Amino acid sequence: MSQSGPVLRVRGLSARIGQQQVVEDVTLEVPAQGVTALLGRNGVGKTSTIKAVLGLVERNGVVELDGERIDTLPTHRIVQRGVGYVPEDREVFGSLSVEENLRLAERSANPRRDLVADLFPDIIARGQQAAGTLSGGQQQMVALARALLNDNRLLLVDEPTKGLSPKLVGEVTEALERAAQVVPILLVEQNLVVARRLADRAVVMADGRVVHTGDAAELLDDEQRVVSLLGVGSTGSSHGSSHDSGSHPDPSTHDQEVRS
Amino acid sequence: MSTVVLLLATGLGLGALYFLVASGLSLIYGLMGVLNFAHGSFLTLGAFAGWETARRLGGDSWGSLLLSLLVGAGVGALAAVLTELLLIRRLYERHIEQVLVTVGLALATVALFDGIWGTDAIFVTGPGWFDETTTILGARVPNDRFLLIGVALLVLGGIVAFLRFTRFGLVIRAGVENRSMVTALGIDVRRAFTVVFAIGGAAAGLGGVLASHYFGYVSPQLGGSLLIFAFIVTVIGGLGSLLGAAIASVVVAVLQQMANFYLSGTGDLVVVLLLATVLLVRPSGLMGARA
Amino acid sequence: MSTTTDTHPDTGTPQPAAPAGPTGGARRGAGLPLRLLAVLGLVVLLAVLPLINVSVPGVLPGATYTPGTLQLMALALVFASLALTYHVIFGVAGLLSFGHALYLAIGAYGLGIVLERTDLGLVPAMLLTLLGGAVVALVLGAVGLRVGGISFAMVTLAFAQAGSVLIRRNSDVTGGEEGLRLDTTNVPDAFVGVTDTRNLYWVALVLLVVVFALVTWFERSRAGHVAAATRENELRVRVLGLRPFAVKLLAFVTGSVLAVVVGMVYLLLQSGATPRVASADFTLTILVIVVLGGLGSRWGAVVGGIVYTLLDQRLTTLAASDAVESLPAVLSVPLGEPLFILGTLFILVVLFVPGGLVGLGARLAGARTRAGRPATPAAGEDGP
Ligand SMILES: Nc1ncnc2c1ncn2[C@@H]1O[C@H](COP(=O)(O)OP(=O)(O)O)[C@@H](O)[C@H]1O
Ligand SMILES: [Mg+2]
Repeated sequence: MSQSGPVLRVRGLSARIGQQQVVEDVTLEVPAQGVTALLGRNGVGKTSTIKAVLGLVERNGVVELDGERIDTLPTHRIVQRGVGYVPEDREVFGSLSVEENLRLAERSANPRRDLVADLFPDIIARGQQAAGTLSGGQQQMVALARALLNDNRLLLVDEPTKGLSPKLVGEVTEALERAAQVVPILLVEQNLVVARRLADRAVVMADGRVVHTGDAAELLDDEQRVVSLLGVGSTGSSHGSSHDSGSHPDPSTHDQEVRS
Repeated sequence: MSTVVLLLATGLGLGALYFLVASGLSLIYGLMGVLNFAHGSFLTLGAFAGWETARRLGGDSWGSLLLSLLVGAGVGALAAVLTELLLIRRLYERHIEQVLVTVGLALATVALFDGIWGTDAIFVTGPGWFDETTTILGARVPNDRFLLIGVALLVLGGIVAFLRFTRFGLVIRAGVENRSMVTALGIDVRRAFTVVFAIGGAAAGLGGVLASHYFGYVSPQLGGSLLIFAFIVTVIGGLGSLLGAAIASVVVAVLQQMANFYLSGTGDLVVVLLLATVLLVRPSGLMGARA
Repeated sequence: MSTTTDTHPDTGTPQPAAPAGPTGGARRGAGLPLRLLAVLGLVVLLAVLPLINVSVPGVLPGATYTPGTLQLMALALVFASLALTYHVIFGVAGLLSFGHALYLAIGAYGLGIVLERTDLGLVPAMLLTLLGGAVVALVLGAVGLRVGGISFAMVTLAFAQAGSVLIRRNSDVTGGEEGLRLDTTNVPDAFVGVTDTRNLYWVALVLLVVVFALVTWFERSRAGHVAAATRENELRVRVLGLRPFAVKLLAFVTGSVLAVVVGMVYLLLQSGATPRVASADFTLTILVIVVLGGLGSRWGAVVGGIVYTLLDQRLTTLAASDAVESLPAVLSVPLGEPLFILGTLFILVVLFVPGGLVGLGARLAGARTRAGRPATPAAGEDGP
């Protein structure tokens, strides 16, 4: 793996869902090491950007993985090149067992079962249970495990702590911290404490575009800019707060997802 | 009593046919969102292929029956795979166009069968055992019913085992639930599409050969008439649910037989009434997870 | 071809955007009076055809004033009207119905039975049939629309199948497989098939004009706009506080009731009806017509209906011809089956010609214009 260039380079990326333009003109880079946080208010297009990188939504623009164009490849080929994906709202296969969820995700002959068993002993113990009957936190671990099983060049992780209790937020953060030692991560995270702890760099989006790129700590420690760019803090009551504070009482109620 | 037993046996035999068509329809719809109107043509083609095979072997022996079943299933699978690769795949994710293409294929193939084999029914004979009956609780049940029920159970068991114990089965089950996430795990889900079409086509082809023995003839219309009931079965059972299709097949066919006998031939209408009732009470069907 | 909402409920996978919107009406408002004049001219031309001697070899079997040709042309107009009624349901509201033939059959059989069994005159009999058809459409539509997308297709198919079974079974009322013959006692002589095909041709023409006008009116009404919006994005319509169910039902009933009217004219034109009009194949034929002409476009439906009828007649003649029979079997068998050719043609259109004949025509015309002269953006043409 080349240490010099960024692992992911995105230039002029736009994406549509149906007739609606949800990503306008995104340019960003993910360095070959550490965690890059993708921040922004709800609905600015973070999830859509990640999906566009993966080809899960119709997209235009240049996307390079280790210098090679991947923007015309179908999703499964992009993933096969070493991109791990932990989607927003987990998207585990509820009718499949935990073990089957993991088996489905294994791409190589010798997956990293040891690492996963080490990080998430809880879900390995529940191998035969249907994933749909797990709690939200456990489902999130299955989703993370699916990505960590493989030898990836890049992880795309979308709001992994959404709706989790403080204890689980801690566990997930720890797992990501360990993963970040071996693989670069592009992380969407609304919990700024988590983002502050994990991220080296930050990219901020607004209205389908990138509006700020820089050092994560520098940005997140500057309360004024946090308020103006991310809208949290004094004005942030309308969104993000429920998981910022980590005070949500029942993580399992967060499994619903609106689909068209 | 003996009448009820006979009706049940006949209903189960017919239900077996419905299931052989509906299982493929349901799997294909569940995984790909495609309503396959050409499924009846796979069945008809399988029936004609089986008949041609048996005719060439020149016997009403068990051997020729077995071979005709194999040929029917193989031809059905082949036709289905070609349909998927040449027509469906080009219209990936465009469900309405996919339906339209299968409609065109159904029209064209039935006409083609007309041209090749003629519009009249061709009578089919099987092993002598088929013409005999077995007495159960006083009812003289035609023997071909047993074969039908047996094969349908084998197919059901086979598909369930395939889904449960193979990698493709795993991919298909996951894909029925959330197709895009399967691709996001690095899996080319389109290969599973081809497999599902092959399974559905094989079941339909098998059903075609069996139907020709159940009804005693083959005709170009054979598949189309069964297809309509298979549609009803899949809606009642819940789109995409294999088990739902199995249960609904039996319920619909037995009800149909009973109504035909006790309510002076109103079986078809009663089935449509059942469909309307299910829609009013439970629009997602018996085993359907979603509305 | 219009975009239709993804009916697979399971995935967030987006559909590749199909070329959106109706192909016809793209230049709507372009010199409206001029356009109206052109349409008027076309109608007048069609109206005088029976009075003049025009021959179109290869397309029409004989000169336009001969009864055989008039019968065929009238049938083409009836099919065009029928396609328009289906356009309301599928093209506008995006409801894939596989049971549209049922309503044509209700019109044809209903009127035939009322005329035979009662002493009602033609007009009261028609009104009675219309009422019956409306009730059936309302009830079946309300039940069927409890499910969406593909399930709706299957359910409408099942209902139509029940209708078909009823017609075939109750042969004492419907004539069964033999079909029903029109009882002409209460039908004015002018409309009795053999005596004057010309009048029936004009009736068919009036039918087409009226149906076209009504469908246009529906499409431009508020309900029509909401129905189209529902097709594109049901969620959004719901968010706006509108009830997609009511609008869909309205579109379904409108299209179905108009089809009942078409069925009544069909009965007069054919002097009877056969169970084929209630069959699933017949519904599929209507679907083929609409897609062939250009889905989502009124003119597409009209063109499709006319082209289909003429093509079907030509292909049937071709199939029976010596030229085809003398070919080797690999060619003569498929060519001997008109439905094979039409089915294949249909597949090709779906695969390669989105927008159908009308879309193709528009594209060819567009290409020629662009090649011929610099495109002049006509100012003020974008009417409301
Ligand atoms: N399935 C969809 N259909 C239509 N619009 C969508 C869909 N999903 C997301 N959007 C819109 O796209 C925009 C970006 O959404 P998203 O990428 O999920 O934002 P974020 O992840 O930053 O919260 C939002 O305005 C949202 O309303
Ligand atoms: Mg998001």
